Amino acid sequence: MKVKRAVARSGLYLTMFIYSLSIIIPLFVMFMTSFKTNAQIFKNPFGLPTSFNIDAYVNLFVISNYGKYFLNSIGVTVLSLSAAVTMSALAAYAISKYKFKYNRAIYVYFVIGLVVPIKLGTIDIMITMLNLKIFDTLWALIIVYIAMAIPLSVFVLYDYIKMVPDELSSAARIDGCSEPGIFARIISPLIKPGLAAAGIISFIPNWNEFWFPLVLIKSRENYTIPLATGQLFGQFDTKLNLVFAVLSLASIPVIIIYLLLSNYFVKGLSAGAVKG
Amino acid sequence: MLEARRKHAKFLFLFIFPAFIVYTVFMLLPILNSMKYSLYTGEGLIPNEFVGLDNYIRLFTEERYYVKFWNAFQNNIQFFIIVTVVQNVLGFFMAVLISRTFKGSGFIRKLSFLPTTLSVLVVGYIFKLILNPYYGVFDKFIEMIGLEQLIIPWLGDPRSAIYVVAIAVSWQFFGESVLFYTSGIDGISDSIIEAAQIDGANIWQEIYHIILPSVLPIVGIVTILIFIGDFTQFDIIFAMTGTRGDPNYSTDLFGSLFYRTAFSSPERGGWGTGMGATVATMMFIIVTIGVGVFLTFFTKKKEELEK
Repeated sequence: MKVKRAVARSGLYLTMFIYSLSIIIPLFVMFMTSFKTNAQIFKNPFGLPTSFNIDAYVNLFVISNYGKYFLNSIGVTVLSLSAAVTMSALAAYAISKYKFKYNRAIYVYFVIGLVVPIKLGTIDIMITMLNLKIFDTLWALIIVYIAMAIPLSVFVLYDYIKMVPDELSSAARIDGCSEPGIFARIISPLIKPGLAAAGIISFIPNWNEFWFPLVLIKSRENYTIPLATGQLFGQFDTKLNLVFAVLSLASIPVIIIYLLLSNYFVKGLSAGAVKG
Repeated sequence: MLEARRKHAKFLFLFIFPAFIVYTVFMLLPILNSMKYSLYTGEGLIPNEFVGLDNYIRLFTEERYYVKFWNAFQNNIQFFIIVTVVQNVLGFFMAVLISRTFKGSGFIRKLSFLPTTLSVLVVGYIFKLILNPYYGVFDKFIEMIGLEQLIIPWLGDPRSAIYVVAIAVSWQFFGESVLFYTSGIDGISDSIIEAAQIDGANIWQEIYHIILPSVLPIVGIVTILIFIGDFTQFDIIFAMTGTRGDPNYSTDLFGSLFYRTAFSSPERGGWGTGMGATVATMMFIIVTIGVGVFLTFFTKKKEELEK
């Protein structure tokens, strides 16, 4: 029995070891190669960089304007996520705390968006953006991303708000606090974790979104990081270290944020899955 | 809970309106409008003349349309099956292992979700570079272990390309299914498992009679999410095999077909706005039917297992 258990344990550790390698190696190859020179890449693809060569990164920021693309991505993400979370919190508050005829229907209406692929409406979105004269601007992306983040945010925040006891808002109401005041002063401080969760879960798809910039953005100065990655990749076919640096730059922000906040991601996502 | 009397009706409106309007105008209406555009001709950007179901008839009777459509359909089914098997079957067993307590299980949990955080585009490019026949490390590795006769141009061969693309996507989202399954398994109460172990159940019996029934709703969610994602997948094709799904359309999925037909110029495979909208509507119908079928299947299966 003891031997059998020891064998099972070793098998478990071996499986986990191989599994970890399968995740780490591709990422490791990406980062490592970005610090090599082209000659080193061809001569010795497995070896560590012989010197720590940051030419590729300097090149991207100085010649290819990568700083600007980062600022664009940060602006779009911050604006769209904060707007989406605010709007969703207000809507979720109204649906969960006021009793009226269509609570359930409106909730379902919002949550339908979790399974509807917005991509399929791109033709109309493009025409709308042209009509609004914001085609090829970051505003077009911001608006679409707000719409995209609303279903999940309403879904997450509805439960958080539901848990806030009604006595608090009733007491405030008796003291003469207005309805928006109750939301601002009582509800929102209490659902801060929910607001954070909604923003964090939407962060990854938002930051990585590639389809809409590809369709809606034409001018180079309005590129976001994914669009820049998609467009610059082909241009550097012969400069491999640049190619790998482009990929590393697109990944570093999400990896850092994930490592810092991984507990929130895991909690938020698995709660959603289990609740279904 | 507050009864919404007339006095509060304006707040109700004020609170719901912003989210409602943005979500409706920029998410749900565009999909309906795209369906409407499928009933119009649209050689250029703006749909103009009403033609009824003409676009649909052409899509299924004119060879230059239906060949591409059914090709994408077949590729997409193949792609979906590979990803589903890897993520559900392998992902489930990996989750069974990870949910046991052992040294480093927290680290593994954290690590396994890491690829999911990257952009699909980045993952596609990494795999493309690793598999490159000239400098890719994968072929070099195979040579090193003495199996060079097995090397083929992974992404250049129509027989292997779709598998390679499906494996790249599976690699990326594997951690997500593992996360979903582990959280389901963590939710099973220890006393049930202990009781089974005392009764002498082996690991397979434990999996079949206890773990599987309780994570079945999660199998449903994971499968439906994969289905929706795969039948609209575009980024991985753009990154690995281009918008034509090279080689020779063998990796063309609905997502790349839609992009090409709706947004490319005619020389690059564009079919105009009307036909593009028709493709989008067909995708919508397929996704809706698929989700409906899976929902019914998993609800039924769950009832059976609970008996």
